[in-house]
Amino acid sequence: MESQREEPNRKILDEIDALKAQKSDIEARISSLESQLRDSSLAKQCNGAFPSISTVASNHSRHGLPSDAIYRYSRHLLLPSFGVQGQSNLLKSSVLVVGAGGLGSPALLYLAACGVGRIGIVDHDVVELNNMHRQVIHTEAYIGKSKVESAAAACRSINSTIEIVEYREALRTSNALEIFSKFDLIIDATDNAPSRYMINDCCVVLKKPLVSGAAVGLEGQLTIYNYQGGPCYRCLFPTPPPVTACQRCSDSGVLGVVPGVIGILQALEAIKIASNVGEPLSGRMLLFDALSGRIRVVKIRGQSPQCEACGEKSTFNPEQFREFDYEKFTQTPLSTAPPKLNLIPVESRISCKEYNEKVVNGEAHILVDVRPAHHFDIISLPNSLNIPLSSLEARLSEISAALKEEETRKSVSGARLYTVCRRGNDSQRAVQLLHKLGFTSAKDIVGGLTSWQTEVDPDFPAY
Amino acid sequence: MQLTLEFGGGLELLCDSKKVHHVNVDLSDGEEKLTMKGLLSWAKTNLIKERPEMFMKGDTVRPGVLVLVNDCDWELSGHLDTTLEDKDVVVFISTLHGG
Ligand SMILES: [Zn+2]
Repeated sequence: MESQREEPNRKILDEIDALKAQKSDIEARISSLESQLRDSSLAKQCNGAFPSISTVASNHSRHGLPSDAIYRYSRHLLLPSFGVQGQSNLLKSSVLVVGAGGLGSPALLYLAACGVGRIGIVDHDVVELNNMHRQVIHTEAYIGKSKVESAAAACRSINSTIEIVEYREALRTSNALEIFSKFDLIIDATDNAPSRYMINDCCVVLKKPLVSGAAVGLEGQLTIYNYQGGPCYRCLFPTPPPVTACQRCSDSGVLGVVPGVIGILQALEAIKIASNVGEPLSGRMLLFDALSGRIRVVKIRGQSPQCEACGEKSTFNPEQFREFDYEKFTQTPLSTAPPKLNLIPVESRISCKEYNEKVVNGEAHILVDVRPAHHFDIISLPNSLNIPLSSLEARLSEISAALKEEETRKSVSGARLYTVCRRGNDSQRAVQLLHKLGFTSAKDIVGGLTSWQTEVDPDFPAY
Repeated sequence: MQLTLEFGGGLELLCDSKKVHHVNVDLSDGEEKLTMKGLLSWAKTNLIKERPEMFMKGDTVRPGVLVLVNDCDWELSGHLDTTLEDKDVVVFISTLHGG
């Protein structure tokens, strides 16, 4: 049966591979032709061999908007408070979006559509399946490819008349000044504390307005820093928060539409600054609570004279910026990869493979899964007992009872005790606690369920 | 004194995951007015159920927490010395970094 089923599968897989190869070949040919087309039309405009569309249009209008732009942006032009002036400012403006994730995706879609003349995108990440529910600029075809490449292609397909600049690299103190200096304003669409301080300081040094948004879980926050006498990020938060206070979407979860709402509001604020229309959200902060359906706009402090970045006595300059260690300052790595801690000695740990062997050999043991209950509901190892780390101390009797039961069942003494979690950090904390409370032989499984998938069972779902 | 206290940005996890608290805070003996300093120590005793270090550091809030009195940054109303009045709304919100 098995071999019969494998045969047609092999054929299908081969055909998929062949089609994928053809597809990438065609895509490469298309993008090469597209760049030829761009180069030749640029050359024509420069040589003046053909009258460009804008010179034709300028015969009829004083503002110099090309006729195709008049049609494309007509609904903007019809807005009395925006009009030709607003649109023409927008077309001349440049906006840099740092991060093509949950916030950057919706922001970029609107910035491209509305006609910001030049848009820069910075990100070093690749598109992953678990991004798709919120990073709506990316499509399944780009899974495994650069987020910048994907976002740039989407922006170009929405609006081929604007310039998209791709930075497929991580933002660092070594490249930030050079990249930022090419744009009028910056959108912070990143997801971690060190990046937020770094982006703020770079904007202060270069005197660029910063549209800052953040979203985790069911809440979002939005404001503009370093603009029209308003505060910078450091005026508001001179000291970084403790590491344990920084929730990440990869740990705490996020409802996809929440960064969507904040990202779109970031695009709106950027458009207001770039077109010089309306009252930008400077000196005020918008707080969005999705669950209660409430948006509150609060007044925040102005620029602080004591601020270490933008204050009167501050001497913060490009050289100091380049030298500043943002990871050390915030005690958080710039990359979003979760930390791999080593809290306990190797003798108190076993690998996933070793644990698997013990299960196969029928060793008497119990496995305590110390993740929160809603994580345990997603997926768990067979026969594991869920006791979240936060209630471990209070539920020790359950562990003792489970060990006794296992010993009786297998008619042995000295059943082993193992702990597991998602990535192998909390499981070590649990072992530390268990050792202290008398379970001195407790061991944790290195790398947790994430490693279980990569080392033992590729079909075990990751999340 | 009737006050509304709100916790957000994850701080609600420190008080039974409840965001909005309608509370009645009495002045201690000999005090004529309630300040933010007094309210913080009251909240730490009466509302914060776990990990108080995630809410306060010393006699003020920990870094990364924004305090708003009637939708206005407490830096503008006197920080710890801000005087509270009946029916005031005080919001404690942790800054978010995710995206
Ligand atoms: Zn500042």
